[in-house]
Amino acid sequence: MTMTAPAPTPARPRLRQVRAPRARLAGIALRTPYWVLTGALAIVFIFPLVWAGVASVAPQPGSSQVDGWGFGNYVTLMEYQAGLPRYLLNSTLVSGLTVLFTLTASVLGGYAFSRFRFPGRDVLFLLTLAILMVPYATLLIPLYVMLNAVGLQNTLVGLSLVLTVFQLPFATFMMRISFDAVPRELDEAALVDGCSSFRALRTVLLPAVKPGVITVGLFAFLAAWNDFVAPLILISDSDKIPLPLAVANLRAQVMGIVDYGATEAGVVVMALPCVVLFLLLQRHYVRGFMSGALKG
Amino acid sequence: MPANLSVRPPVRPAGRTRPALAAAARRRALRGWGYAAPTALLVIGLFVLPVLLVGQMSVSDWPLLSGNQGINAPQNYVDAVGHRYFWDSVVFTVKYTVIATVLLIGLGLGFALLVQESSRWTAVLRTSILVPSALGLASASLLFYALYSPQVGPLSPLLRSLGLADGPVTFLGTPDSALWSTVFLVVWRFAGFYMLLLMVGLQGIPHEVLEAARMDGANRWQTFVSVTLPLLRPSLALCTVLCVTGSLLAFDQFYILTKGGPDNSTLTVVQLIYNVAFQGQNDLGVAAALSIVVLVVLVVVNVAQLRAMRTGQED
Repeated sequence: MTMTAPAPTPARPRLRQVRAPRARLAGIALRTPYWVLTGALAIVFIFPLVWAGVASVAPQPGSSQVDGWGFGNYVTLMEYQAGLPRYLLNSTLVSGLTVLFTLTASVLGGYAFSRFRFPGRDVLFLLTLAILMVPYATLLIPLYVMLNAVGLQNTLVGLSLVLTVFQLPFATFMMRISFDAVPRELDEAALVDGCSSFRALRTVLLPAVKPGVITVGLFAFLAAWNDFVAPLILISDSDKIPLPLAVANLRAQVMGIVDYGATEAGVVVMALPCVVLFLLLQRHYVRGFMSGALKG
Repeated sequence: MPANLSVRPPVRPAGRTRPALAAAARRRALRGWGYAAPTALLVIGLFVLPVLLVGQMSVSDWPLLSGNQGINAPQNYVDAVGHRYFWDSVVFTVKYTVIATVLLIGLGLGFALLVQESSRWTAVLRTSILVPSALGLASASLLFYALYSPQVGPLSPLLRSLGLADGPVTFLGTPDSALWSTVFLVVWRFAGFYMLLLMVGLQGIPHEVLEAARMDGANRWQTFVSVTLPLLRPSLALCTVLCVTGSLLAFDQFYILTKGGPDNSTLTVVQLIYNVAFQGQNDLGVAAALSIVVLVVLVVVNVAQLRAMRTGQED
């Protein structure tokens, strides 16, 4: 966890100057409860993750790892029904497609909303944001019927399209304000130089909105990788389900007896890529948020 | 906002005639539509049409397996509101929403204030609080399902060794403990997210204002109550809207941790919709009617919240 130093934001050092004399006045006596409190907080937030990792390889009665430490639970997971590799592949495909669809729609859409005036623009933008207002379950019931009607039921592409729609409000809003934050002179100069609008987008604007793209992509990936309800309703084939559903099913494998060891192993497999990705991209993620919210 | 839908010509160098300008504007508008097309297709195909369809389903007799069997209005709505667990689930969902919103925003704000100074330690602390929000709600729920289990969970022995409990602690066994255990999971998972949103809000407060308050002799607490909080109002309002909406629609955490139990005491409205549609009853018509009720309530609640925030700002 050494790569966690966040990008310093402009406002923070100034805030610190204001507080510094006070903090010194407060003195060391006040600092001790602070350390205890914040230390305990950090432990409360980190402990469950560490515990899951440790417990998944620790000996445990009723799991596949009864004596000594080892990867018995992961072996169980590998062999559960269609097998872990299959579920990982399903999850990867769904997440990859969702990121692809979300980025395509939101980058082009954000560009359109930010740089073009066309009839229906504001209506379309508001409709996109309105997706936030409609409950997941409200949409999934008709989507279940509609995907059946067009033959996309029980397919990972259908699932990805549905997940993309739920990403659109945030993604489109984020990309629009990212483009808004780029000075218009930049792409107008490119257009005057004879660039097509698409080329201006690709070569001039895209590098400028990179933090927004990373934030949107990361969000779409995390949401798709972790989604539980949409596949629960839309996917009925047990070899097509993504990982979270498979682990949840595995938990109830034998009536009444829960294989906690394999469940913990499943949680680790699901959580690991998310945590790693988050730690690697934390700076971009936080900065994307900051730039966005300050403008909004 | 739809007032300025008319196509306005972009500013162009002088020397062009009006028709040429209009043609250029039309071309630009067309290009704009081209770029917006993927969004439009997705929004219309997978949002507008489903919303219309759910409206139709809510007034139709629509079993899960046999499809549309004709009009059944308003019986679906009568059945939905008259469902055995309807009011229980509404009361529980509202109770959960109030608890979760108060705790998440209170703690989120507290954490944001705690980590806003920049130092190595606050960076570590901030990361620790944020890491759980990278997990999916389903993964987090499965993790806490094991954590809370009396067989393998470490919490029960820990509480016993601290002398806080005599027997094995059942975190999910009684209605109240199941609710609070789920609330704890949700706080663990989401506190970082609200902390981040509120940190952004805090950093948007111009430091001159805080400086001025300090010069006028306000202490830390006075500055917080009469300067920081009012200026933080838009961020707090955003957090409240997100948190209330999210909590009213709670599903994963209860589906995985409690399955609505014990004795359907932790059944949320969305779980009820799922059960009516896909578990046993298999009645998509009634489920759609329930969904429409939830949708209307949600829109009303959100509009009320946004309005309250706006009138608040005019003060």
